[in-house]
Amino acid sequence: MAACTVVVLALVLLNLPVGAASRVKLAFSGLFLPIFGLAGASQSFVDRASYSLLTRDTLIAEVERLKKENDALLLTAAQARDLLSENNRLRSAVGWTNRVPWKARLTRVIAREPTAFWRGATLDFGANDGARLQMPVITRDGLAGRIRAVTASQAQVALLGDPECGVSVIVQETRDLGILQDVRSSAAGDGMVTIRLLQSSPTVLAGHHVLTSGLGGVFPRGITVGEIVDTRQIDGGLYTEARVRLAANLNRLEEVFVLLP
Amino acid sequence: MTRIPLLLLFLVAWLAVFAQTQFPTVTDWIGSPVSILPALTIYAALSHSIGIVTGFCIVSALSLDSLSANRLGVSLLPLFLCAFVTHARQHLILRDQAYARFWLGLGSGVAVPLLTRLLLTLGARQPLGDVVGVELILSGVVNAVACPLCFAAFDRLRELFEYKPILESSYRADRQIKRGRH
Repeated sequence: MAACTVVVLALVLLNLPVGAASRVKLAFSGLFLPIFGLAGASQSFVDRASYSLLTRDTLIAEVERLKKENDALLLTAAQARDLLSENNRLRSAVGWTNRVPWKARLTRVIAREPTAFWRGATLDFGANDGARLQMPVITRDGLAGRIRAVTASQAQVALLGDPECGVSVIVQETRDLGILQDVRSSAAGDGMVTIRLLQSSPTVLAGHHVLTSGLGGVFPRGITVGEIVDTRQIDGGLYTEARVRLAANLNRLEEVFVLLP
Repeated sequence: MTRIPLLLLFLVAWLAVFAQTQFPTVTDWIGSPVSILPALTIYAALSHSIGIVTGFCIVSALSLDSLSANRLGVSLLPLFLCAFVTHARQHLILRDQAYARFWLGLGSGVAVPLLTRLLLTLGARQPLGDVVGVELILSGVVNAVACPLCFAAFDRLRELFEYKPILESSYRADRQIKRGRH
């Protein structure tokens, strides 16, 4: 009797439409909201407690360092604004549309994928905050993934290397296009993914940089993905496959940016 | 009989699922997230009725799938299969022996992720990693260690919360009938 009940329930659940399955998932993940809140509050408490242990000299040194860093960043931002306006003028001159600057929202990673079958994370950023499916997620070092599921208060992210996070990429130095796809590696990952270039390209070398190409419509163009470690010819030399060390450390994600449209 | 040990079993399962989503440093160190739900399921199967075991499997599996990218319900069948087989054969299992608990934990720790992976490969999205991967070995070892610990901890809890048997004998020396001359 119990076995029949479970088999029927499993079959029903596995065949639920996507919308209904999401609602059931939402209901069950709601059971964890109190403990996620508690974990977040405990983390803030520990952080505040550790701040109170810092000496005055340490804090003054930190403020000085941040002031210098802020000055350097302001200078870089001023140069970037100048370059952007020049770029926009030139693009207008040749009749191209202007590039839209990214609008990013900083958010916290509250959970990791609990199984070894996928590569993912959960963000403290839901539909109520403006999260939508397919929004790109980046760190300050480079691309991290894209949003694959959204609830009212949380979003699940498919990280790079997950079967649901294919990315169209371009090698910066040679302008060769490729696809970062399912890598069949372990979910914990070693910070490496594989890209397949759309044609055999012997000029692609270790040390070349890989960026998003902007093709496919999900990721904006020019986000850093990583650096090529090595390459090999596959399918009788028809294609080139390259191993890429990711710029973003996906095993140490704490805060990420979600790119808003 | 008090329900507190049973509620604690569900609470530990809930915390175990939550813990799988936390502690990235530990996950990086051992190489893969590991679940102790198989060990808890074995304990439930050898200690509770089939109704409670079924409820435990449903709640645990759906909680895990809700926090994961898994298709909803995919963890349910492997978890329940382990529990059902163990429960059905409990009269043949030496529940109180540490080595039996160890091997049951090892077996369930390997079987549950393996069956889940096989079910996932039937779907449209193929999971990451190989069929026989590091996570299977890790899961087996962790559950082999966790299973005897679960038995020891929950059995101790049951002892604490259940009524204790009266140890003193009903025999009273002052009411003994003595025969013969005195």
